[in-house]
Amino acid sequence: MPESGFRRNQLGLVGWLSGGRYGIERYAFTLHRLTGLAILAYFLLHILVGSSRMLGEETWNSVMERLDSPVFRYGEFLVYLAFAFHALNGLRLALTELGFFLGAPRQPVFPYTSSVRRQRPLFVLVMIVAAVVVVLGGYDFFFAHPVK
Amino acid sequence: MIETRSRKQSGGSEEVIKTVQFSVLRYDPKTLPAPRVDSFNVPVTKGLTVLDGLHYIKENLDSSLAWRYSCRMGVCGSCGMFINSYPRLACNTQVLELKTDTVHLKPLPNFDIIKDLVPDLSVLFEKHRSVRPFIVRRDVSIDELPSGEFFQSVEELERYLQFTYCIKCGLCMAACPTVATDRRYLGPQPLTQAYRYDIDSRDDGSDERKEEALGSHGAFRCHFAGACSEVCPKGVDPALGIQLSKRRAFVASLGLLPKKRLAAVAPPVTSAKRREGTPDAPERTVR
Ligand code: SF4
Ligand code: FES
Repeated sequence: MPESGFRRNQLGLVGWLSGGRYGIERYAFTLHRLTGLAILAYFLLHILVGSSRMLGEETWNSVMERLDSPVFRYGEFLVYLAFAFHALNGLRLALTELGFFLGAPRQPVFPYTSSVRRQRPLFVLVMIVAAVVVVLGGYDFFFAHPVK
Repeated sequence: MIETRSRKQSGGSEEVIKTVQFSVLRYDPKTLPAPRVDSFNVPVTKGLTVLDGLHYIKENLDSSLAWRYSCRMGVCGSCGMFINSYPRLACNTQVLELKTDTVHLKPLPNFDIIKDLVPDLSVLFEKHRSVRPFIVRRDVSIDELPSGEFFQSVEELERYLQFTYCIKCGLCMAACPTVATDRRYLGPQPLTQAYRYDIDSRDDGSDERKEEALGSHGAFRCHFAGACSEVCPKGVDPALGIQLSKRRAFVASLGLLPKKRLAAVAPPVTSAKRREGTPDAPERTVR
């Protein structure tokens, strides 16, 4: 780190990526951002693959053949995991960022409580729903339509 | 002798419970090319705070150690530091409660280092100032009414009271992942104060705060990581203030925000009788 970096003492990406010793919502924050990027990357790949159809049926078939491998199938399941988390956590964020489930401001009396703790049951609930979605999807991926 | 005095200063008993190593980041941007870590052994008595430990080091082991403090009681907001990788007030943190044999001390991150454990909080104060953290009125000049009061109900007060407890310690700014990557993001403290004044029934300055508080480095850059509210030593709950300000902005964007009924100025009290035996007010020292 250059001298000015030491002086600036900015946590930068490390502060953004690591949840540190803070609560679960700070980890959810990081995961939400990362899964968002992963879904975006998948989306770009998806467009790219889909557009290969424009190059004719043969190209399309060869691309599809190449993608029909366990790596991509498992990769797709990872995207599905990311989607389940991102969608349900996003629902929680949409609600809390509009002030729902946070409670009203109150006199801070020690030991303090906070809006973050008050919305935690909602976080637990959406994570349970996400787990159910993942289990159902996992069944479909691995048992109903197993990887060949 | 000095040692005894320093232990007494902690206000606790004199019985040394254990020796704890204070591992302190030392850095002077003017003289050192890079930070280093110095370790000191501090005898810990019951009730000894991290701040007391630093005093012990300064008095007995290394007088060149620099940190900032003033009130020693969680009121002034000067002594925020990164204690075992968590932003805390040194005066509000007892060493034994940390339950470790080594206390790692670093200056609050996301602020420039002035020296050792002293962060440069001026960026926080500038951001705070930028949201105009005071009552703004167009209809009456507050300067002309230095002794006037506004009517305000208890309910109106309770809407923002929690946010007034802020001591500007900057712990929330050190915990925020968005402040970590975006220096221009206002951060939890200033945004909460912008909201605190926006919803004050005496204030008419929302429009003047809008550009800063709701602009591209304002409240909507917050993604509710919640760390600010967790670390706040005064229970201010900045995350709540920011989310409520987003809600307010959203409702306003739909044109559904009810028009604020501005608090009226209370006329000077003339009719009330003075209770017998009430002493006279002292002479004014400032005019
Ligand atoms: S909101 Fe809390 S943590 Fe942030 S500056 Fe104010 S008192 Fe400190
Ligand atoms: S010294 Fe004032 S808050 Fe710690």
